Amino acid sequence: MTSSKIELPGEVKTDADAAALMASLQLMPSPVPNADIKYTKIFINNEWQDSVSGKTFPVYNPASGEQICEVQEAEKADVDKAVQAARLAFTLGSVWRRMDASERGRLLAKLADLVERDSAYLATIESMDSGKPFLPTLFVDLQGTIKTLRYYAGYADKIHGTSIPMDGDYLTFTRHEPIGVCGQIIPWNFPLMMTAWKLGPALACGNTVVLKPAEQTPLTCLYIGSLVKEAGFPPGVVNILPGFGPTAGAAIASHMGIDKVAFTGSTEVGKLIQEAAGKSNLKRVTLELGGKNPNIIFADADLDLAVEQAHQGVFFNAGQCCTAGSRIFVEEPIYEEFVRRSVERAKRRTVGSPFDPTTEQGPQISQEQQSRVLEFIQSGISEGARLECGGKALGLKGFFIEPTVFSNVKDDMRIAKEEIFGPVQQIMKFKTIDEVIERANNTEYGLVAAVFTRDITKAMTISTAMQAGTVWINCFNALSTQCPFGGYKMSGNGRELGDCGLKEYSEVKTITIKISVKNS
Amino acid sequence: STMLRIVLSRTLPRISGISNCQYSAAAIPVPNAQPEVHYNKLFINNEWQDAVSKRSFPTINPATGEVICQVAEADKADVDKAVKAAREAFRFGSPWRRMDASDRGLLLSRLADAIERDTAYLAELETLDNGKPYAVSYSVDVPMVVKCLRYYAGWADKWEGKTIPIDGDFFCYTRHEPIGVCGQIIPWNFPLLMQAWKLGPALATGNTVVMKVAEQTPLTALYVASLIKEVGFPPGVVNILPGMGPSAGSAITSHMDVDKVAFTGSTEVGHLIQQASGSSNLKKVTLELGGKSPNIIMSDANMAEAVEQSHFALFFNQGQCCCAGSRTYVQDTIYDEFMERSVERAKSRVVGDPFNMKTEQGPQVDEEQFKKILGYISSGKREGAKLMCGGGVAADRGYFIQPTIFGDVQDGMTIAREEIFGPVMQILKFKTLEEVVERANDTKYGLAAAVFTKDIDKAHYISSGLRAGTVWINCYDVFGAQAPFGGYKYSGNGRELGEYGLDNYTEVKTVTIKVPQKNS
Repeated sequence: MTSSKIELPGEVKTDADAAALMASLQLMPSPVPNADIKYTKIFINNEWQDSVSGKTFPVYNPASGEQICEVQEAEKADVDKAVQAARLAFTLGSVWRRMDASERGRLLAKLADLVERDSAYLATIESMDSGKPFLPTLFVDLQGTIKTLRYYAGYADKIHGTSIPMDGDYLTFTRHEPIGVCGQIIPWNFPLMMTAWKLGPALACGNTVVLKPAEQTPLTCLYIGSLVKEAGFPPGVVNILPGFGPTAGAAIASHMGIDKVAFTGSTEVGKLIQEAAGKSNLKRVTLELGGKNPNIIFADADLDLAVEQAHQGVFFNAGQCCTAGSRIFVEEPIYEEFVRRSVERAKRRTVGSPFDPTTEQGPQISQEQQSRVLEFIQSGISEGARLECGGKALGLKGFFIEPTVFSNVKDDMRIAKEEIFGPVQQIMKFKTIDEVIERANNTEYGLVAAVFTRDITKAMTISTAMQAGTVWINCFNALSTQCPFGGYKMSGNGRELGDCGLKEYSEVKTITIKISVKNS
Repeated sequence: STMLRIVLSRTLPRISGISNCQYSAAAIPVPNAQPEVHYNKLFINNEWQDAVSKRSFPTINPATGEVICQVAEADKADVDKAVKAAREAFRFGSPWRRMDASDRGLLLSRLADAIERDTAYLAELETLDNGKPYAVSYSVDVPMVVKCLRYYAGWADKWEGKTIPIDGDFFCYTRHEPIGVCGQIIPWNFPLLMQAWKLGPALATGNTVVMKVAEQTPLTALYVASLIKEVGFPPGVVNILPGMGPSAGSAITSHMDVDKVAFTGSTEVGHLIQQASGSSNLKKVTLELGGKSPNIIMSDANMAEAVEQSHFALFFNQGQCCCAGSRTYVQDTIYDEFMERSVERAKSRVVGDPFNMKTEQGPQVDEEQFKKILGYISSGKREGAKLMCGGGVAADRGYFIQPTIFGDVQDGMTIAREEIFGPVMQILKFKTLEEVVERANDTKYGLAAAVFTKDIDKAHYISSGLRAGTVWINCYDVFGAQAPFGGYKYSGNGRELGEYGLDNYTEVKTVTIKVPQKNS
C-alpha cells in the first residue's frame, strides 16, 4: 500500500480502543483470501442473464485503480424484461401474492441467515469493490444488513389494517396491500446495507422489486441475488440490474409498468427521479438524498466525546455518508480547543489499504469523486477558510485523500453549503443558541443534525428546532433498523427503516360494507 | 366395549386443511411410541433441581393408564426459589435487562428453530403424555408453537412507546417496560402450545417467568426448558415448575414478589387466582378460562362444510378445547338433515391408539376427566336429551370415550350450560336470527362463537351481536399467532396472541420533561 499514514494501533487510538481492537482481531474472521467474483450478470426471474445489448462495463478496485471484472450492463430493454418478470410475480393469484405473510417473513429471515453465513465473503468483496475497510464493513455494514432483513422479517405478519367505527350502518376496515412493482435505485457508499434497507420493507409488504445497484459497486448486490434465490423467493420477486443512471436508472424512473420508485443518492438526481415520475405514470416516489448536516457543540459538552464523535461523524466511510456531520458549529469559549483537538485527531487517522486491520480510512470510491473532493478543498482555501491539516491526494495509485480540517469557515463558503462527500471537516464558531439554530437550519438540506451538551434543556431545544429527519444528542450516526430515517426539505421524501418504512411500500385500501344494523 | 373403529378415513388431509398446516401426511415420520424422557426435574436458574421436599408425582399415559415416569413435585419452597432466580434475572442492570430488544427477539427465534429441529421428538412426547393423536401433535401443535415463538420474536424490537403532544411546555413520551416476574400457569390440553402462548409475549417484552405446568402433562414443557438453556437465555429468565394447583399454583398466585400472573384453565380456578391476587399484592391478572361456545348454522349454509366444521369444532382434541363449539344451534328447516349427517360423521370418527396415523381421537387426558364426561353424558340422558350416537366408553383400558351426539337439547339442560370438555356434541334447534343471538348469549361464558351462512348481512348481524372474544364466519378453530384470542364475561380477562398479547406483559411509563418552550 502506498499510504504514508499507517501506524500501529497503539499509537492510533486510545489505549482502550486499541485493546478492544486487538482483542477483536484475535476472534474475528479475516478477509477471504483470493475471493472469487461469482456473479457478474443480470439477475431476472431468479436467472442469470446477459444484457440484451451484449454490453458490459468494468468494475474497479478504488484502492488500486485496477479493474476487478466486467459486469453485464442493463439498459432499457433489460429493465423491460425485469419489469415483466416482476409484474408476473405480482399477478393476483401468484405464489407470491397467495403466500402467508408469516412465510414472507420466513423467507426474509432465511435471507438474513444466508447473509450471516457468508459475512466474511461479502465483507471482502464489499471492501474490494467500494474501498471501505474490511473490519468496519464486517461490523457495521454486514451487521446492519443482517439486522435490517431480520427486523423486516418480523414485520411481515404485523402490518395491520384497522377496522373503523364509521358513521352510518356500515362496517369499514382497511387492508394494507403491497403497491406492486417497485423500482429501487441505490448508491455506492453502502452497497449491501442500502440493498437491505430497500429489500426489507418492500418484500415484507409483499411487493416485487426491480433493483439497480450503483455501477461502481454492483458485486455484493448481485451476490445477494444468488442468496435471494437460495432462500427460496419465487422467480421475479427480486430482480437486480447493474447499470448506469442515465440508461437503466432512467428507464426505471420513467417506466409505465413500475408502481413505485425508491431512490437513494444525490439531490440532483433525486429531482430527475421525481420529474420522471411526474412525466410518466405518477408512480409513488421516495427519496433519500444529500445532506449538509449541522453538528452543534456546546461549551458544556464532554469535550473528549464531542471531538471523537464529530471526527467520526464526518470522516466515517471516508466522508462518503449522506449523514456526514460536515458543518460543525462550536460554541465560542471552546472553539480553539475544539479545533486543536480535532486537528490532532484527524492527523492520527490512519489511511491505507482496506484490508489492513489498522486502517480507519480507505480510498474514495472513484477518480471522479477524488477529483471532486480535491476541487472542494481548493475552493475552501481560495475562499479564505484556514486549512488546518490534510488537503491533498495520497498515494501513487488508488483514490486516497488526506483527512482534511478547515477552521474559520464562514456559512456562505462553498465548503459550508455544498455536500462534499469526502474526508473534509468544516469547523465554525457560534455564540448563542438562537444564532446557531438559525444558521444550522439555513440550508436546503435537512437530513440529520446532532447536538453535544450536558444540559437537557439545550438538548431538547435544539432537537425540537432542527429541521432535520434525525437528531442525535451526544452521539452521531447512531442509526438502527428500528428507527426511521429520512430527510426534511431537499434531503428527501419519505422515511426508511422502522415501521415508517413500511408505509412507503403499502397502499391502504378502505373496504366499506353496507350492513343492516350497526351496533357499537 | 371394544369400540375402537379402525376406519380408513381422510383424517390427515382434513387436519391439514383445517389447520392450514404445511405438512402433508406423507411427510410425517413414523413415530417412536416410547420416546425417552430426558427431563423430569424442576428447571430453576437454567439448572435441573429436585424439589425441596424431595417429593415426586407420577405422570400417566392416558392411552394405557400406565405410569410414564416420576416427576419432581414443586411446592411453595420451590416457587420461592424460582421467584428469587427470576427476580435476580430481572434486576436493573442484569444481562437480561441490558440486552438489546432485537437480541431478545433473536433468542426467541433460536428457540423456535430448536423446537422445529426437534419436532418429531416433541410430538411423540406430547402424544405419550397427553394422548392426542401423533399426527395432530406433529402437524398442528408443534408447528403452531414454532410460529407463535417466531411471531413474538419479531415483536421484541417493535413494541414502541409514543411521544405525546401534551399541553404546556413539556416533552412527553412513554416507555413500554416489562412488568417484572410473571407467574404463568398453563393447562394440559395443549401443553406445548399454551407454553408458547405464554412465553412468547412475556419474553419478547423482557419479563422473567415462573411457569407452572399442568401435573397431567409436564414432560414437553421440561424438554422445552432444556432448549431455552441451549439457545442461550440467561439463567433465571425462565423457570419451569411441574406441580399441583393447590400447592405450587397457589404459591405463585399469592406470592408477594410475583408481579403478574397469567392463567389458562377452568373458570372455577380463575376465580381463585383473581382472589389470591386481591388478598396478596394486587398482581396483574390475565385469565383465559372456560367456554360454552355457540356455533350457529343458518339454513342457507353450505351443508357439507357446516357439518364437517361443526364436527371438528366440537371433537377436535377429544373435545378438550376451551373454545369447543359445544352448543350447535341449527335452523329448524335444516335441523333433521344436519343431525343425520352429523351422526354419520361422528360414527365414522376413528378413536384409538394416538400413535396410529389413522386415529382422529385419542383418550381423554386422565381418569378424573374421563369420569366427569361420562357423568355429563348420564345427565344429558337423565334430563331428556336424545342420545343420537356414542355415549359410552370406547376401549378396555385407557380413557377413551365414544364420539357422542345429543339431539333435542334444551337450553336449560346441564349439558347445554356447563363445559363438558369431552367428545360430546349438543345440537339445538332455532327459528329466527334474533332468537338465536339471544339464546347464544344466554351464558356466563363468552370465549368463541361461529356462524355458518352465505348471507353477508346475517354474518355481520351475528358477529356483531355475539358476546364473545372470537367469532368465526364459515370456519372454526382458525388460530393464528397474529390474531388475538380471549374471553368476554366469565371466559377470561385480557387477550393473548397478536399485538394485543403484548399489553398483558407491559407496564407503560409516562416520562415528562420540562422544556423552556414547546413547539409543534
